[in-house]
Amino acid sequence: MSVVEIKDVTKRFGETTALQGIDLEIEPGEFVSLIGPSGCGKSTLLRIIGDLIQPTSGTASVNGKPARQARIDRDYGIVFQDAVLYDWRTVGKNISLPLELARWDRRRRAAKVKEMMELVELTGFENHHPWQLSGGMQQRVAIARALSFDPLLLLMDEPFGALDEMTRERLNMELLRIWEASGSTVVFVTHSISEAVFLSTRVVVMSPRPGRISNIISVDLPQPRTATTREEPRFFELVTEVREALHLGHDTEKAPA
Amino acid sequence: MRRGLGQVALFVLVGAALWGLWEGYRWLWMHEQWTWPFTVTDTAMPHLHSIVQALFDPARPGGVGPRLISILVDAALFTAKEAAVGFALGAVLGFVLGVLLAHFRLLQRGFLPWVVASQTVPIVVIAPMVVVWLNPKLPTGLQDWGAVAVIAAYLTFFPVTINTIRGLHSADRRALELMRSYAAGDWHILWKLRVPAALPYIFAALKVSATASVVGAIIGELPSSIQDGLGGQIINYSQYYTIQPKGLWATNVIAAALGISFFLIVLIAERIVVRRAPENVA
Repeated sequence: MSVVEIKDVTKRFGETTALQGIDLEIEPGEFVSLIGPSGCGKSTLLRIIGDLIQPTSGTASVNGKPARQARIDRDYGIVFQDAVLYDWRTVGKNISLPLELARWDRRRRAAKVKEMMELVELTGFENHHPWQLSGGMQQRVAIARALSFDPLLLLMDEPFGALDEMTRERLNMELLRIWEASGSTVVFVTHSISEAVFLSTRVVVMSPRPGRISNIISVDLPQPRTATTREEPRFFELVTEVREALHLGHDTEKAPA
Repeated sequence: MRRGLGQVALFVLVGAALWGLWEGYRWLWMHEQWTWPFTVTDTAMPHLHSIVQALFDPARPGGVGPRLISILVDAALFTAKEAAVGFALGAVLGFVLGVLLAHFRLLQRGFLPWVVASQTVPIVVIAPMVVVWLNPKLPTGLQDWGAVAVIAAYLTFFPVTINTIRGLHSADRRALELMRSYAAGDWHILWKLRVPAALPYIFAALKVSATASVVGAIIGELPSSIQDGLGGQIINYSQYYTIQPKGLWATNVIAAALGISFFLIVLIAERIVVRRAPENVA
């Protein structure tokens, strides 16, 4: 059974068609990146999967259920570009927020927070407040929070977009380690071609006006990815392939009808 | 700690500057015999030190009876009771009203203009009515001062309501999406996101309301002819202003001190309750 199944989804905001005729299936354990220029609807697609917005037509299902039911069942965790931590809560309390909402008891919450702090290597920062942390650390807290209730699906909307290149590459490695450890499925929205290729098992290339899938590229780089993966010839070939697919999407847009 | 000391030093410095202004103005106008905007005399503008002196002199002329300050402090404590109860009442009412109006848009559109209108009616008009309506119904323990507390509450609730509405809507859009992704209900969104996000706004309003509740209590005492509070003292000393101007000024000082203490209590509560990034504290 697919984790995510998008069938003929179209989304309009007033006159603007944000997404048109999207079909996409994502299998368990995949790491799928959505890449494309601004306005291609990649974040919109992610929000439709998360039932944060509803498609104008077509259907989105998660774990074989309508997206709405999957949201209510807390089937996915989500991470945004900003960490969106509640600054009146400590780091530990931020991570336990979804657990409180799911009515876990105090002891179980504490144990889970400890486990998640270890997973994202922030042990010792439980009682800090978010503003006392660097941007990269905040984003790690956001990831820990999204994974705290063991969702099988992780939705990430440009999670490292606001971070510097060094921090971003380090967090890429960390994310892959977490992905392997948790066995979850990841849908990852990004602007960065190299990030998409490095992380993903498949890269979904999208083009704008109207937003649609222009190409899907399988990434056959060996697992697990390491720091040297970025230096392999195959990595550069794939980066080139994605780049060309992106530009192709742009060219067709500019071509006369 | 050092910051605290700095603040105290600044407070003293500004106080000294204000004192200098007062005395300088007084001296200049008297020396030049200027009459605009008013002629400065010992009655119009007593020496500040003589006002302080008056606090520690016996209240009645002739040097008998208790010191003025002990009478005024007793009065201030009585007014403080009314103001505190009024403040608590108004803060709770203001918050609940804010939550209701923020949650139900239609209610907000219908009611908010009336809430605003309620504040355009002068409190001196409302005060006697509240006393006349409430006093017969109040148990003996609450007689008179209970009605005054309600008047203080009337001045307190408005800023709290307005800022609660604003604060509840200030929650970050992403944070709301996050709550939605956790399938959180309205109740959880309210208490775990909207209210904490609103706290800096609410405390900004409480600071305004803290001093307003003291003013409300003093004004409320006037039509209910309560003699035990600062309102009674103000009426008393304003009648004797031409003979004994320092009495009214001294009452003023004590009333201001009461307002400031209320403000400081809210400030301390804010420091304890509001845990926000420094840039997010209103």
